[in-house]
Amino acid sequence: MSLNAKTLREDEFFYGHKACAGCGGSLAVRIALKVLGERAIAVLPAGCMSAVGFNFPQLCFGNNAIISTFAGTASMLTGIEAGLRAQGITDFQAVGFAGDGGTADIGLQALSGAIDRNDDILYICYDNEAYMNTGVQKSSLTPFGAKTTTTPAGKNIHGNLRQKKNMFEIVAAHGIPYAATASIGYLDDFIRKVEKASKIKGTKYIHIIAPCPTGWGIATDETVEIAKEVVDSGLWYLAEYENGEFTLNRRPKAFSDVGAYLRKQGRFSHLTEDDIHFIEQSRDAKWEFIDKTFKL
Amino acid sequence: MAKKFLSGNEAFAEGIRLARPQVISAYPITPQTIVVERLSEMVEAGSLRSEFIHVESEHSALSCAMGASSVGARAFTATSSQGLLYMAECLTYASGGRFPIVMMNANRSTALPWNIYGDQRDSISQLDCGWIQAYAADAQEALDLALMSYRIAERKEVSTPFMANLDGFVLTHTYEVVDVPEEEQADRFLPKFETDNKLDLEHPRNLAFSAGPAHNTAFKYKEHVGLCNAKAAIKETEAEFAKVFGRQYPGLIEEYRTEDAEYILITLGSIAGLAKETVDRLRKEGQRVGLVRIRYLRPFPNEEIAKAVSSAKAVAVLEKDISFGNEGTVYTNVNSALHKAGLSIPSSNYIGGLGGRNISGEEIEGIFGELKEHRAKITFLGIGGDGK
Repeated sequence: MSLNAKTLREDEFFYGHKACAGCGGSLAVRIALKVLGERAIAVLPAGCMSAVGFNFPQLCFGNNAIISTFAGTASMLTGIEAGLRAQGITDFQAVGFAGDGGTADIGLQALSGAIDRNDDILYICYDNEAYMNTGVQKSSLTPFGAKTTTTPAGKNIHGNLRQKKNMFEIVAAHGIPYAATASIGYLDDFIRKVEKASKIKGTKYIHIIAPCPTGWGIATDETVEIAKEVVDSGLWYLAEYENGEFTLNRRPKAFSDVGAYLRKQGRFSHLTEDDIHFIEQSRDAKWEFIDKTFKL
Repeated sequence: MAKKFLSGNEAFAEGIRLARPQVISAYPITPQTIVVERLSEMVEAGSLRSEFIHVESEHSALSCAMGASSVGARAFTATSSQGLLYMAECLTYASGGRFPIVMMNANRSTALPWNIYGDQRDSISQLDCGWIQAYAADAQEALDLALMSYRIAERKEVSTPFMANLDGFVLTHTYEVVDVPEEEQADRFLPKFETDNKLDLEHPRNLAFSAGPAHNTAFKYKEHVGLCNAKAAIKETEAEFAKVFGRQYPGLIEEYRTEDAEYILITLGSIAGLAKETVDRLRKEGQRVGLVRIRYLRPFPNEEIAKAVSSAKAVAVLEKDISFGNEGTVYTNVNSALHKAGLSIPSSNYIGGLGGRNISGEEIEGIFGELKEHRAKITFLGIGGDGK
């Protein structure tokens, strides 16, 4: 029987940290480590989770954990995996937890290298859609229209002008053994994917949406709800890539209101009806592609 | 021991084979490439059992080596020039993490202008990053350094990464007859890597953490102490090396005919060979000249240099480096050593060999000639100017 929220172990491996109230990223790390257990070796680059978890002498990981350089999550995972294997140790899981900037921007080269070599590692990107640790600056995974401290919303420019980089398909294009998208709003789905990934040999990648109340402008008790809504509105999707095929895990019959999702968040409060219409159009175009390409 | 005709790069690769690193992360850059090519051949042939990782950049090369070292594996990588600068972030990371990685650096000029030939501006620009820095003079020393490096770096009281520098092309690509030790000898000399400073599946740890203002200085102090401890470790390792292999190295500096020398040239790297010949020639003419070859720039041999030149009338520092807007960095370090020892010996600085420009015996002779004028000055060989 596969794990779910009810059968997940009681042990905690990430606690006592100083993440903001309602942090989605810390939930993703906590749950993934509960799935992987004490034989997980976690690598975290510069970013929120390393900033809140590794403040000497207050070290918050119950399993082995290390901070990598910002660009070096994947390459450090590679070295850890190779170093242990060279010593005849194989019953462990090297797992990376990097944010959206650490993954899609500065860490992309090392990640691509690791997938190319098919190193036996699990890489989890917790995507809170901006450089939150440094105070909410745009990353290449910041969605269109979002206001950040480097994409201010003014009269002339309505926040970020670019769409999210398509990390899931970029990773899949390497021919990776396993890749998946997830959301902390659907934890059972995430738990299943982490467990599945841990049993696959070679490089695995899971991209989980992890809302940040501080950066998104939502209440601290709305994190999980907004993480559900981003999926329900069709602005994010739950899918897997395996054996060269894309599978959609969840196809909403009808999407919930995109406008309602956006209006709840401070970072989108400036959007005009035209902006929202554009976001809906982009979503529909994406889903046309998904419905055509992904198995259900 | 078998005698082989090897280039500096090949000799170093032979030394690394004997040191048995468990993980090698490799990214090519001229003039380092032959090292990683030879190592990949050894892994293919089965003469070296090592995880050979084809990383996609130098940053990943050192990051991967740190990952391996963080789980207690012996790790090796090699680089040069732009590659060293590209991984610079990882240099302080490796030393701060106290990971005793060994890296060979083929000394090469840095852009701009682009230039693949040898000078030492690449490694010297990274002097402050917390690594042991050794400079080989010939292929035999390169091989021997590869073996000694791990023994020095991995000692608990040192726990500091080791950068072995070979002059690009002049040393990396020049063939010499080299004694290649037997594996059994090497195994006797170099014990397996054991460390407590590692991620441990039986006793989980958090490593490479943050340390704020309250604790940071203590960590940095310990790092400094570790690098200083390398001085004694180098001496002891060389004594052990002599016992097993019969070759005795002279420690942080090599002195050549300095006993009664009035004028002493201080330099580093492969140019020392030509400098020795020049000293011999001038000695035949009755001139009392000598040479100090710096073998280790970090830890810096302050006392050793001061002692070696204490009776000299003047010293010159010849280096393939310039700290723009000031002077050669080796010169700065040497002057500091003299000052701290209370010596007021006139010193001059000669910047030579930039971008692989040849340094001739006549030029070295000229340096000794100018020393008699006791002028403290900076001279760019081949240009003459001091930039002022």
